[in-house]
Amino acid sequence: MSTHDTGHGHDHTVFQDDIKEPQENWEFLEIAIRELLIEKNVLSAREIQDEIEAWEKKNPEKGAEIIAKAWIDNQFKQRLLADGNKAVSELGFTVETLKLVALENTDQLHHMVVCTLCSCYPRMLLGVPPLWYKSREYRSRTVKEPRAVLREFGTFIPESTEIRVVDSTADCRYLVIPKRPLNTEEMSEPELVKLITRDSMIGTAEALNQHGERPK
Amino acid sequence: MTTLFNIGDVVTVGRGLPPGHVRTPMFLRGRKGKIIKYFGSFPNPERLAYGLSGLPKLNLYQVLFTMGDTWDEGGDYASKDTVTADIYETWLEKT
Repeated sequence: MSTHDTGHGHDHTVFQDDIKEPQENWEFLEIAIRELLIEKNVLSAREIQDEIEAWEKKNPEKGAEIIAKAWIDNQFKQRLLADGNKAVSELGFTVETLKLVALENTDQLHHMVVCTLCSCYPRMLLGVPPLWYKSREYRSRTVKEPRAVLREFGTFIPESTEIRVVDSTADCRYLVIPKRPLNTEEMSEPELVKLITRDSMIGTAEALNQHGERPK
Repeated sequence: MTTLFNIGDVVTVGRGLPPGHVRTPMFLRGRKGKIIKYFGSFPNPERLAYGLSGLPKLNLYQVLFTMGDTWDEGGDYASKDTVTADIYETWLEKT
């Protein structure tokens, strides 16, 4: 506890909330399973933490490499659109059991991805999804008011472009191929990768422009 | 695997409210959409969730809905905007 004179007649006493006891069934379930795995020597506490750390280390860069390749190489893009799993395996990325589906954004069609049921996301290529992706708000509003949601992300898609909200409800994981920004013909693949943000591969944003800035 | 539906078929999503683990979003139940893609067949998640084999596999389709056909009121979308979901064959019937 710290007390200090604020000079305006009352103390500001700073407390932090007590540590919350587990409340929800899933919390008890997670603790029970984790403790059992450790007790029965199936996994050690360290192995569980290492696995969490490995997942948290995955970042959207892999996805960006795939998109940059698709921008540069039209034949690769066609293969990516036809069979995502097979195309990304050419670049050394493996996507197991799930079906990877690439969606191309154009002037006519803007895809944005949501999972209204939970948090399905191409984790193997983009890493752990952002917290907002899992929020009730994003999940429920995106399928009903996509244009309001995009505006809140600072993304303005003209009325003449169809917005297609893609709800990943089953065994497919969706990767958006954002539109390639204008005047980037001379840029190298590593330079292009820097323009491809995580949000642009979810469809809540467009790729950055040729200067690496947010498009107006 | 034989499919009940072809690309372009207009289908209606089942209105059922079965208990348990179901992957058909509530907001699309009873709504009319169009098959735009066939993904192949996958183990049935409604059984997989309970430790069963999920066999026989089910055909899985991407179904496209217009926002207008999906929402009776409210929303913020343009008239051409759409939403898709991936729906197992057992949940679809021909319109």
